[in-house]
Amino acid sequence: MLTLKLALRNILNAGLRTWLNVVALSFSFVAIIFLQGFYDGLNDQVEHATIDALYGGGQYWQTAYDPYDPLSLDDAHEVVPKKLDSLVAAKEATPILIRRGTIYPHGRFRSVLLKGIDPDQRILSIPTFLLNDSAQAIPALIGSRMAKSIGAQKGDIVTVQWRDVHGTFDARDVNIVDVFSSSVQDIDNNQIWLPLGELRRLTKMTGQATMVVLDKRVAPVGELPGWSFKDLGFLLRDIHSLVRMKSVGASVLYLLLVFLAMLAIFDTQVLSIWRRRKEMGTLMALGMTRTKVIELFTTEGALHSLLAALVAALYGIPLLAFAANTGFRLPNAADTLGFAIGERLFPSYTPPLVIGTTILVCLVTTIVSFLPTRKIAHLKPTDALRGKMS
Amino acid sequence: MKTHTQNSVLIRTDRLDKIYPLGATNLKALDDINLSVTKGEFVGFVGPSGSGKTTLLNIIGSLDVPTHGSAEVLGRKIESLSHTEAASLRNGHIGFIFQTFNLLPVYTVYENVEFPLLLQGMESAARKKLVEDALAWVGLADRADSRPAQLSGGQSQRVAIARAIVKKPEVVLADEPTANLDAANSHHIMKTMVQLNKELKTTFIFATHDEKVIGYLRRKITLVDGKISRDETLGKKPRK
Repeated sequence: MLTLKLALRNILNAGLRTWLNVVALSFSFVAIIFLQGFYDGLNDQVEHATIDALYGGGQYWQTAYDPYDPLSLDDAHEVVPKKLDSLVAAKEATPILIRRGTIYPHGRFRSVLLKGIDPDQRILSIPTFLLNDSAQAIPALIGSRMAKSIGAQKGDIVTVQWRDVHGTFDARDVNIVDVFSSSVQDIDNNQIWLPLGELRRLTKMTGQATMVVLDKRVAPVGELPGWSFKDLGFLLRDIHSLVRMKSVGASVLYLLLVFLAMLAIFDTQVLSIWRRRKEMGTLMALGMTRTKVIELFTTEGALHSLLAALVAALYGIPLLAFAANTGFRLPNAADTLGFAIGERLFPSYTPPLVIGTTILVCLVTTIVSFLPTRKIAHLKPTDALRGKMS
Repeated sequence: MKTHTQNSVLIRTDRLDKIYPLGATNLKALDDINLSVTKGEFVGFVGPSGSGKTTLLNIIGSLDVPTHGSAEVLGRKIESLSHTEAASLRNGHIGFIFQTFNLLPVYTVYENVEFPLLLQGMESAARKKLVEDALAWVGLADRADSRPAQLSGGQSQRVAIARAIVKKPEVVLADEPTANLDAANSHHIMKTMVQLNKELKTTFIFATHDEKVIGYLRRKITLVDGKISRDETLGKKPRK
């Protein structure tokens, strides 16, 4: 208690010297949380956008389906089981039929995935209701990346070729009823969305699907023969590992900032010891033990970091709240990162991040304060009184 | 642990040597020092620079230990004290006055004087009374809120005296207390200490080569090259 009282008195009485250190250290707090919040926000945003547009509350896959093997699509279709069908009827799940196909835009050809989806579904954030729009050709929906890559636009008619369930080739014109924009590339690149009923009819796969996407509020219905349930942990594993890879850079920066904070307090403490060694000798002459002197200086370092946390809160909370609410507009190049980020990135400053970083920096600064003060343990009082390091 | 009695010997050294390693050779700073100091003495170690005055004062103050021989202060053998025991002896029974005042720069005059009492864990009201008394003794009651940087040399040394005597120690050790002061301030400081010695019966031990200080001593121990060359009583009462 006495040590705390003296340390507090020391740093408060030191005036400008204390506040300069505190303000410098508070920058470290805010900078570390600010930057780390970017990556947490990125992670959250990618996860939410992908869940909303692609994964829903999890997916039942026909067992032959392998998203990394397009040839598996030839066999990955089966009649939707009754248990899932009842969810579909209740609009709590939506089946998707995926077939390989070829389109012929402007006389060229291109392999694509044909994805049949219920135009009235509300489970995935794809504007499928537009597939109800075409009166003439089969309505088709494509993403902006796909439109750009094939040079197509809304209202274009494109020829599509596929093979039905018996392997017979067939082809039709489809009418691109709209070009949608989405941050999730996996519902856009090389894909054409068609009404599920049309695709089933064209491929002679009545009642069949490749996968069934559950609503986020619906629990899986258990084991189904011929189908396997993929939960979000499984579906998001690639995204998580991708974000983790990108986060390595962030972690380096995080550690660098912690190191800078450490260096600032280490510098301060080393300077303090150098300048205050005579003071330490006086403290010892007045009857303070070496251990108490070490405690005093270490506590001073810890109090610096606590004060810095308070100062950081004063200007950091409004600043971070503003950043989290307004977000940051991303350049177009961000679309090539492989993430579903969107046009704006909203940093996420969660209590674990803020509290964790505060505790980490306080701990590190306390340890770093202790290291130079430990040298005092070997300082002879007579040398300290003469201002000499022994 | 032994306790001392009134009018008993407070400090006793027996064949005390202090040797400092100096490169390949050794420097004998104190050589066969045998002395005793009783309660209420006003004594000075006198001699030229390098004669061992400060070293002897530091050993008596338990800031240093003898290489050979023994130093017994207030019944404690300095050479056998742990760091904590030495700190406790200093905090409880010994006051220090330094040549360069050694005030804690970020503390006010009041806080500087209060510091030894804080270390003793004394409660606030008792602390306040003692600090105010000590400041009154040295005539600085009106400067309690000043910082050391706002004080003159003489005032700073008076604060240091107040800090040394506030806990009413048995012994005050003063190392060249007037070296940084002009003549008027030196006399003022010495008179203050003489008065404290008289009123509080505190034993004062000086390390000095300042004639102004020597004029106030009642006992002068002259050191030359680490040895006591002369130990003389200068008179019953110090010069006024």
